[in-house]
Amino acid sequence: MGAMPARLEGERARDVTSLSGLPLKGFYGPDDVADLDYERDLGDPGVYPFTRGIHPTMYRGRLWTMRQFAGFGTAEETNARFHYLLEHGQTGLSVAFDLPTLLGYDSDHPRARGEVGREGVAVDSLADMERLFEGIPLDRVSTSMTINGPAAILMAMYVVVGEKQGVPPERLSGTLQNDILKEYIAQKEFIFPPEPSLKLVVDTIEFATRHMPRWNTVSISGYHIREAGSTAVQELAFTLADGLTYVEACLQRGLDVDSFAPRLSFFFNSHLDFFEEVAKFRAARRMWARFMRERYGARNPRSWTLRFHTQTAGCSLTAQQPEVNVVRVTLQALAAVLGGTQSLHTNALDEALSLPTAEAARLALRTQQVIAEESGVASVADPLGGSYFVEALTHEMERRAMEYIERIEAMGGVIAAIRQGFLQREIAEAAYRYQREVADGERVVVGVNKYVVPPSEEKAVPILRIDPELERKQVARLEQVRRSRDERRVRHALEALREAARREQNVMPALIEAVRAYATLGEMVDTLKAVYGTYAEEAIL
Amino acid sequence: MSVPVHPAGAAPARPIRVLAAKVGLDGHDRGIKVIARALRDAGMEVIYSGLFRLPEEVAGMAVDEDVDVVAISILSGAHNTLVPDVLDHLRRLGAGDLPVVVGGTIPSEDAEHLRRQGVRQVFGPGTDLSTIVDSIRELARARAAGA
Repeated sequence: MGAMPARLEGERARDVTSLSGLPLKGFYGPDDVADLDYERDLGDPGVYPFTRGIHPTMYRGRLWTMRQFAGFGTAEETNARFHYLLEHGQTGLSVAFDLPTLLGYDSDHPRARGEVGREGVAVDSLADMERLFEGIPLDRVSTSMTINGPAAILMAMYVVVGEKQGVPPERLSGTLQNDILKEYIAQKEFIFPPEPSLKLVVDTIEFATRHMPRWNTVSISGYHIREAGSTAVQELAFTLADGLTYVEACLQRGLDVDSFAPRLSFFFNSHLDFFEEVAKFRAARRMWARFMRERYGARNPRSWTLRFHTQTAGCSLTAQQPEVNVVRVTLQALAAVLGGTQSLHTNALDEALSLPTAEAARLALRTQQVIAEESGVASVADPLGGSYFVEALTHEMERRAMEYIERIEAMGGVIAAIRQGFLQREIAEAAYRYQREVADGERVVVGVNKYVVPPSEEKAVPILRIDPELERKQVARLEQVRRSRDERRVRHALEALREAARREQNVMPALIEAVRAYATLGEMVDTLKAVYGTYAEEAIL
Repeated sequence: MSVPVHPAGAAPARPIRVLAAKVGLDGHDRGIKVIARALRDAGMEVIYSGLFRLPEEVAGMAVDEDVDVVAISILSGAHNTLVPDVLDHLRRLGAGDLPVVVGGTIPSEDAEHLRRQGVRQVFGPGTDLSTIVDSIRELARARAAGA
């Protein structure tokens, strides 16, 4: 962007910057887009480099998927919430797993105490997955699973649930988050060290490339990077850098780029700085298209397109005056839609305090439905395209993200940068800077540091309570599974899994067999830990 | 564990020492890191536990490091189970008087419950940094004065 113009009369005194700290001019004009070449930098919607969207008609052809994330308690309770959301017009499922599941512990592990079923549903074995999807036809509903460390195991479970419903793997559709790199960077739910973790990701990609053509193998996720406190520029840069790492790992395995790239997908955060978010999504598409075509020589146009899910920013929600969160979420959702998202989760107003109640979850879904069906914004593809400001900002996001990607590559890539603590430190720095700005009143958060009401006027919102009894119930069920299975078959399957891991073969077939035998998640993870080791990060303040 | 940093130009009196602790399985460390930096900026020494600590590990660290205040961060909803466990372990180690504060997504009735268990302060989402810093300083001073 060009030089800052003199301040206009009546303008606020301080420098105006975006949430990421990009300096903003008072207005933008033709000079700001003088270098823009329509064919090279934008292209029509559906045309390389897809800045304006991946489909020619965008939402006129088909609306985005409304995919509300849900999961809590036991498999039955989550199954009931799934049926509730499907009845209210949701078009895809999205499973949240509890922390013990995410970290590969069975519900009766000492470290699972107090955590079972709290932040998601507890899954210990195939028995839980069967209950989770009871009455849900896996050939007609697509499922997104937010799972990373043990992603290969959950994918194996999904394949076997399909088998039991008579649905072959090639008809299963959905998305495995399966983005382990962002765990080391931001979310911190890792199990194994980065290198074997990356190998497991490539195993799932290879397996799905052969057997699950409708399956999105990795949802390369900036969401958690942003929630950990990054800026929009960092979110964009680190996410694409992770994506490039997966592509290169697959190429090293000997896979052809066009065989797997079309099934890679992305997951971004939509925060409050409206235009910066729109620009981020548009820049992401253009950058990925260029990387895939120019750097990796992909020839299939579907390999060039960046498809993404968006979730509104949980970290932007406030516990104070929670009803105001509905307004925040609406703006964030609108930015995601104007940015061309393929699927969207809108946060519920009570999420600064707990998982959403059913009513709050429905209102969040209704927010998307109003945008889709009442606002008219879905009628035209990329309606902000050509705006001097949006195009200049899109260019600036790309430029700054590329600088980061080049720095990471100069360090030896993402894993080297993680091991040096570079990415974690950059994010912590940004998080602290933001919090200071809020503390100093430079960044307004309505209801928190401005327009505050006294606590007596705060309306209490109903909160979803998780029954502490459920932990005992889940442990009892796990014991039941262990009693009723064929122990010899389990031991044999786990031994085969260990062998496959030791010989560096693709572990997916061995995992599927272990799942069929009702081996538990914890048993499978422990088997892999014995070969791969575990990871503990150096604590950086 | 990181090395405590002594603030430049600290007064001869020993600076306030705080254990910033993550307990349980949630890896959300944004809040604790921001608080730790704010406490350091305010001249305190901060020891960070690192992630995934068991209640007994947190209590042991607090005693070994001879801290003045324990600040626990928890986002997973497991606070009602894990925080009372930390308090129990502190009492068992003879450090029942050590002030413990908790921050995270904690509904108000749970905050009440934690206070009844002996937690000195509960900081919900959106609490101002200076409120937290002041409160921890106050707790450390009161304890030093009482000792």
